[in-house]
Amino acid sequence: MNRLTNLFQHKTADVLNVYFTAGFPQLNDTVPVLRALQEAGADLVEIGMPYSDPVADGETIQRSNQQALENGMTVGKLFEQLQDIRQQGITVPILLMGYLNPVVQFGVEKFCQHCQAVGIDGVILPDLPLEVYEREYRPLFAEYGLKVVFLVTPQTSAARVRQLDALADGFIYLVAAAGTTGAQTDMNADVDAYLSRTKELGLRNPTLVGFGISDAASFAAASRHTTGAIIGSAFIRLLQQTPAGERTAAIHDFVAGIRPVLA
Amino acid sequence: MTLTAPSPYRVDAAGYYGTFGGAYVPEMLYPNVEELRDNYLRIIEEPGFQREFTQLLTDYVGRPTPLFLAERLSAHIGTTIYLKREDLCHTGAHKINNTIGQILVAKRLGKRRIVAETGAGQHGVATATVCALMGLECIVYMGAVDIERQRPNVDRMRMLGAQVVPARSGSQTLKDATNEAMRHWISNPTDTHYIIGSVVGPHPYPDMVSRFQSVISAEIIRQLLHQTGRATPDFVLACVGGGSNAAGAFYHYLDEPSVRLIAAEAAGQGVDTGHSAATTALGKPGILHGASTILMQTEDGQVTEPYSISAGLDYPGIGPQHAQLFATGRAEFMSITDKAALDAAFQLSRLEGIIPALETAHALACLPLIGAKKDDVVVVCLSGRGDKDLATYTKHLEEYS
Ligand SMILES: Cc1ncc(COP(=O)(O)O)c(C=O)c1O
Repeated sequence: MNRLTNLFQHKTADVLNVYFTAGFPQLNDTVPVLRALQEAGADLVEIGMPYSDPVADGETIQRSNQQALENGMTVGKLFEQLQDIRQQGITVPILLMGYLNPVVQFGVEKFCQHCQAVGIDGVILPDLPLEVYEREYRPLFAEYGLKVVFLVTPQTSAARVRQLDALADGFIYLVAAAGTTGAQTDMNADVDAYLSRTKELGLRNPTLVGFGISDAASFAAASRHTTGAIIGSAFIRLLQQTPAGERTAAIHDFVAGIRPVLA
Repeated sequence: MTLTAPSPYRVDAAGYYGTFGGAYVPEMLYPNVEELRDNYLRIIEEPGFQREFTQLLTDYVGRPTPLFLAERLSAHIGTTIYLKREDLCHTGAHKINNTIGQILVAKRLGKRRIVAETGAGQHGVATATVCALMGLECIVYMGAVDIERQRPNVDRMRMLGAQVVPARSGSQTLKDATNEAMRHWISNPTDTHYIIGSVVGPHPYPDMVSRFQSVISAEIIRQLLHQTGRATPDFVLACVGGGSNAAGAFYHYLDEPSVRLIAAEAAGQGVDTGHSAATTALGKPGILHGASTILMQTEDGQVTEPYSISAGLDYPGIGPQHAQLFATGRAEFMSITDKAALDAAFQLSRLEGIIPALETAHALACLPLIGAKKDDVVVVCLSGRGDKDLATYTKHLEEYS
């Protein structure tokens, strides 16, 4: 069974998804970071395929993208790095997140084939329009066992949330507040109202909250009405700040610190 | 010009020009883009809108702009050249046709704040101008490199009360300013309208902007008929950054195959030098700033950093309609180097007493290359004036003395 589907069958609360950029801080850090996250207890890992023009991302992730590109990261290179992770004890569900153009240039079907070959469970392509997905890509993604995640924001109408939920089969990514990744979201009453409003829609997919989740308090607030939350920029900052030799321990502490009760 | 079949060069119901166009935006922008898509045609077709738009173009912008028979230049090149004087628009370029239209749309959508990107600063100035006119807050993103090379326009925007924010990511030029403006819009989704400065971006922007710029060719038809007895020229020439002045100059001629449409792109130091912005020569299909189009990119789909002496053409893509005009062969695209553009700018200045913008000079540089005969009628869209480029021109004065 798809690892993502399996995860949500067994875990319906406090799911922690951690995002990091492939090839960052160093080109060959992708797999070590992934392994450290699995060992630290992340439920789900989202690997970002770097892009030159990530319009939905704030400064922290932009810079990590730029650094990764300078390091020589490409879609092809990422698949090489991930080649036999599933034979080497990586069992955590993995999503690839990225902007559409590099995937289109790689070739969408070839991309799906490679995802299946290395054991990727799903994709998040934020600038892939819903109707283009439905018309052109849906059968392909299904054929190669890739689950699809769509974003929803506080401005998304209820009708459109239902439409997105009907086509998504991984989870629904709830963007906490209007803004790019890494924006300081305080988990205020507005956000809480939006999350509980979304919960009342009774979506068929699990929901994970992202954008501005950085610590135990924001994780707990975000998870109150949802299946869990996604941490990106705060984790990228950790990778930036930590010397390579201390990284595994730092990742362990970081993940443990997000869910102190569970750790 | 009534048509039975839909034109392959105009936007279809889904927002595409052939395979180009669409709205490839993250969900955060979907409500904004949807609001615009569902309302723009209704708004701009209202008689009240049309009246206000036309009145402002007349009394504020100074339209119609003249169509000028450039006799000395014509004699020099050996054909018959008319200059469509968009340089005489208020603020010095065609950009204001679009900003007047968009600010009226923004007002009708109840927006209170305007965000824009700018390259040469012409679109930024045109946006700051209409924001002052309408009393709306204005934030303009501009690449840090462009802020340096287009100083006078930065000062003009500030004088007009706009906030100019440097874009420091990537190549720090127009592409990055566009990214930053989009991020700003993502963060302020309900009260802000994004005035894109060219026929780029997600649907409906390319169509909306080309409609506002179509006044250029509507006037050319009337003026040419009046001056020559014919409504259609043999050639229309325009430079293409994103392509808005070209889209406006081509608009009413798209389905007139007898009119040859010539688009001038910036070759920078030369198409093969690695310092170029000649999108159709160097690019391939892909997705940029919310549209499927032709863009300069690496094999891995990373957007390439372009180069041109002209900030307004220093962009790695073109609007989706131009991608379609290129792919179908309806328009011919020419690559013009920095040097050829400078030559053409000095030539026009000395033959006709008109200092063109560096962008515009790229269109002028096509004149000797199109094979126009003596009696052919050639219209050049003189998109802007060169005041903002004086610092660059001054550096080269010696070479042309
Ligand atoms: C005078 C002038 N012409 C042309 C352009 C290029 O824009 P577009 O291709 O949208 O007409 C600019 C952009 O700044 C400009 O200032």
